[in-house]
Amino acid sequence: MATAPLWAQLINLLAAILLLLAFAMLAQRRVLTLIDLFAAQGFALACSTAIVAYATRQPHLFWSAGLTLVLKVAALPWLLYRLIRQLDVRWDVEGLINIPTTMLIGIVLVVFAFNLAYPISQLANTITRATLGIAMASVMLSFLMMITRRKAVPQVIGFLSMENGLFFAATSATYGMPMVVELGIALDVLVAMLILGVFFFQIREQFDSLDLKHLEKLRDAQEAE
Amino acid sequence: MTTTGIISQLLQLVIALVLAPLLVGWVNQCRAWLQNKRAPSLLLPYRTIRKLFHKDAVVADNASPIFRLTPYVVFAAMALAAAIVPSLATDLPFGHAADAIALVGLFALARVFIALAAMDLGTAFGSLGARREMFIGFLAEPALLMVLFTASLISGATLLPTIVETLAHRDIAIYPSLAFAGVAFTMVSLAENARIPVDNPATHLELTMIHEAMILEYSARHLALIEWASALKLFNYSCIGLALFLPFGIAGAGAGWLAILAATPALIGKLAVGGFALALIETLSAKLRIFRAPEFLGTAFLLAVLAMLVNLLLGS
Repeated sequence: MATAPLWAQLINLLAAILLLLAFAMLAQRRVLTLIDLFAAQGFALACSTAIVAYATRQPHLFWSAGLTLVLKVAALPWLLYRLIRQLDVRWDVEGLINIPTTMLIGIVLVVFAFNLAYPISQLANTITRATLGIAMASVMLSFLMMITRRKAVPQVIGFLSMENGLFFAATSATYGMPMVVELGIALDVLVAMLILGVFFFQIREQFDSLDLKHLEKLRDAQEAE
Repeated sequence: MTTTGIISQLLQLVIALVLAPLLVGWVNQCRAWLQNKRAPSLLLPYRTIRKLFHKDAVVADNASPIFRLTPYVVFAAMALAAAIVPSLATDLPFGHAADAIALVGLFALARVFIALAAMDLGTAFGSLGARREMFIGFLAEPALLMVLFTASLISGATLLPTIVETLAHRDIAIYPSLAFAGVAFTMVSLAENARIPVDNPATHLELTMIHEAMILEYSARHLALIEWASALKLFNYSCIGLALFLPFGIAGAGAGWLAILAATPALIGKLAVGGFALALIETLSAKLRIFRAPEFLGTAFLLAVLAMLVNLLLGS
């Protein structure tokens, strides 16, 4: 068995850790731990981007690694923590489906994503093409997390971690996007987070809860009840 | 079949039979130290087994032959497993008798018999323990199989000696799949050996017990055999773990006498560290509610499947 160079092994290791963290988020019951896991995912992403940057001598990837570090390990978790404190919500996260079932669905999704990514990664010629499947799997797992969670905060964390997955996919398929696009996305995520924070307060004002099932009913139907 | 093969096979079997109670004693001692208690003697399991062998057996009037047969079947299954798992050398005549999948089947055979014997007398505790054991077993087995499949995928064989040969002689690299599989295997071993997150080995007569509930009706030599068999089971699981994830120091195919002799202290050293780690895990974690066990073993299964998928995709 030929041994890959050390950086390739490290990238594979970080990709595996990303997948593991995606599952950990899927299974997590507490919202504060969920934020910590999200920060850890961001950190793994930043590390792997930096390693790719070092291995392929692409300085702009260093910038995006730094951006990831600042935004996803420090700023967004801090914002989320502050939101949680202001909203005073420390409940255990309720899922629509119980956790073992969610994990089994997650495994099926991972198999699906790996199958989907396999032909694509054959076409790519980057050193990290094997990790494309893991990137797609973590996007799908974040999707699953958004679908199975009932409350607003975990859904937003799912949305943010989906962005992590997309970023990882971009790095593994094409060595990242141009700097302008990356900056744009980073700003988008930050702004989305701020706006969603305002939404949280609005939702709670209206319904006294952050449970999104209240949003499914129309106002007239509610009044008729 | 070579002479060295037969010698190493015999040596390995004898070492397993002799050292298994010592491993249990060592784990108990470490746990007592970690919990600031006075440690029981390292030789206590031997004394217990000797004491039990000298007692007169009491068997209930309505016991069927299965009840009498079970201790022997369970002990034989564990001893055979100890002969198959390459703990000292890979050149084992018995190693080709059963591959990794059949080995899981061997453990399942022992489980089925002990559950049948527990239900045989119709006592409430026995049936309760048997049901819980089967419940844990059916969750743990798929995870164990997935761990073994991961190792088989890496080495391209299901025979344990071949797997160990391949794993011991590869280049040193980071294998995320093996790391996941190792964690999954540890979780499965904890559940299978009635250790703390799932069952508490230190309690008799508690409503949460699983393994102890099944063997309540046994006495004297039957109980001695079952105690010895469960010590052997712990020894076997430790050896499988060491063979898959730390295969260094195991004598290879063409190894001579010296290598086999040198493998013994290596094995004892690894087991001592492993036993301490087990005691540490048991001290640091709390017992789970029985209905949380599916989540615990589900996580183990998930990790094992992820290990296999990561191995397939990344090739590492």
